[in-house]
Amino acid sequence: MSGTAPAAPRPAAAPTLAKPEMKRTREGFGHGLVELGERDPRVVVLVGDLTGSTNVNFFGERFPDRFIQVGIAEQNMMCVAAGLAAVGKIPFLATYGAFASCRSADQMRVTVAYTNLPVKIGGAHGGISVGPDGATHQAMEEIAIVRSIPNMRMIVPCDYWETRKATVAAAGDAHPYYIRFGREPVPVVTDADTPFTIGRANVLREGSDLAILACGVMVYEALVAAAELATRGIEARVLNLHTLKPLDHAAIERAARECGAIVTAEEHQVHGGLGGAVAEVVVSTHPVPMELVAVRDRFGRSGKQEELMAAFGIKSPDVIQAAERVLSRKRAR
Amino acid sequence: MPRLDFDKDQLRERALFVRRDIIALLARSQSGHSGGPLSSADFGTVLFFHEMNVDPSRLDDPARDLWHFSIGHVTPVIYALMGERGYFPLRDLLGFRQFQGHLQGHPSKHDTPGIEVSSGSLGQGLSVSCGMALGSRMDGNPRRVYCVMGDGEQQEGQIWEAAMFAAHYKLDHLCGVIDYNRKQIDGDVQDVMGIAPLADKWRAFGWHVVTCDGHDVASVLSAFEEARSTKGKPSVILAKTVMGKGVSYMEDDYRWHGVPPNAEQAEKALAELGTTLEAWTKRLESHTAPAVAPSANGANVANGPNGGRRP
Repeated sequence: MSGTAPAAPRPAAAPTLAKPEMKRTREGFGHGLVELGERDPRVVVLVGDLTGSTNVNFFGERFPDRFIQVGIAEQNMMCVAAGLAAVGKIPFLATYGAFASCRSADQMRVTVAYTNLPVKIGGAHGGISVGPDGATHQAMEEIAIVRSIPNMRMIVPCDYWETRKATVAAAGDAHPYYIRFGREPVPVVTDADTPFTIGRANVLREGSDLAILACGVMVYEALVAAAELATRGIEARVLNLHTLKPLDHAAIERAARECGAIVTAEEHQVHGGLGGAVAEVVVSTHPVPMELVAVRDRFGRSGKQEELMAAFGIKSPDVIQAAERVLSRKRAR
Repeated sequence: MPRLDFDKDQLRERALFVRRDIIALLARSQSGHSGGPLSSADFGTVLFFHEMNVDPSRLDDPARDLWHFSIGHVTPVIYALMGERGYFPLRDLLGFRQFQGHLQGHPSKHDTPGIEVSSGSLGQGLSVSCGMALGSRMDGNPRRVYCVMGDGEQQEGQIWEAAMFAAHYKLDHLCGVIDYNRKQIDGDVQDVMGIAPLADKWRAFGWHVVTCDGHDVASVLSAFEEARSTKGKPSVILAKTVMGKGVSYMEDDYRWHGVPPNAEQAEKALAELGTTLEAWTKRLESHTAPAVAPSANGANVANGPNGGRRP
């Protein structure tokens, strides 16, 4: 949980990788909100006609007096949340990430972030893994947008448990937050006791041949890739970089210095995403070869989660190929 | 002095001071908006010196009414009202839009204590005010929330999202005020993008609509009174005004929306407003501590009979 001392790395066990438990991150958001609702009467939840889809129904059923339906009006919702925050509430709003990050970007920038109000934005259905809804609903630009706005904080949790912890932790900080999570069940790679501190990356696997820095659902893909690389005698360090802002500069610099090669992996556009954020730190501290696994500047399309991730080049084999490329560049130095 | 109870003559005098402040600060900054601030000066003065319960010496007073200018660009009138009301010394007005000052071109909470939420991108303020009103009601706080909008701003779609929201949640302690000066940057509102029939639109969205002469103190006072006594639905006051009101060469001329007067023009404006640039600048410079600025006869009205409080 937030505020606890960093614990020793907890390598994910290999059997878990082969047949992981699958759970929805949006349920983690919903359960985190209920936990908060019980703990803090200032917590209120707003939703834009997507109660079940974002799992804020958990909170709404429990705390109907603190549950605000805004209808299909994301711009209004962002600013109503700001007004609630201005009078002492801790508002969480929920809608699809495509709308939260783009439709109400100006409201997030001017009213929420410039005033630095503790509005917590739940951006559901992030990434290509949304699946059949297609390009309009597959948010893949949130990191670029949110990270560029001063005062904003951003978390891209990797699984159910981390989404739940991120939700709870965000309420305890006075900054505005954007929490990105997904629709479909995704592999569980942490548990209820895994430490979570905003701004501190978790080392999930030790290694020094290269480092794989990932966020969101790509953390699992990174672990699968690292396990496969290990069978070839390559030991990859895997970092779960759940907080995109503020970035864990120390962990990134350490990975660059100790491993000498970095692969980043994200379910996001390559422009302005995790890879770019990591590169900003690497080039100004300890420059090493990097490879970026990300969506290559294209819109999504309808399909199943698995086939889309493969088609868009963000499955574990893509991470392995990137690792091989970066290792050959490392050796050539 | 949470609530000042200025009488009509005092309100008229204070509105005149606010106009002089606007011209003097624009003459100094040589950057900023003239037209809208002058059209908002009279109803703004009634809001700050009669209607609202605010205490500039206790910015976090939980009993305070909340005010928010969705039209962030009218900072000259916002700051003039704040200075006259005692949020900060009037001297600070001379630092408007300057790097060293604390008065940004558009209202900034973290630069100017007393601003509740920063604003400047049009269309967002009514939504913010809705959140303030709903959150206050959740806490059982009986305060009122005032949101000043522009008529050109009515072209923003988000205004109507917020209008729907406020009526849906029956936010009858929320009062919108529209500075209906019929001008925007590119020209007459009706030519740029018609908003009429505006009163009908607000009524159709479930609001109680009050129309008043935004320059007539008595008319504005009764409009606020009517809004306050309306229950079960939010109220909006359509304050009919003239852009640039009080300065002959600016009145009703959209070209004065976003430009300041030069020194010569400011001198002419202040002559029409009964003073000189030198005299009024001197007054601003001499006001160095935050307090309700003195009246023309030298008396601090707030310390007069009743201590300025509403009985």
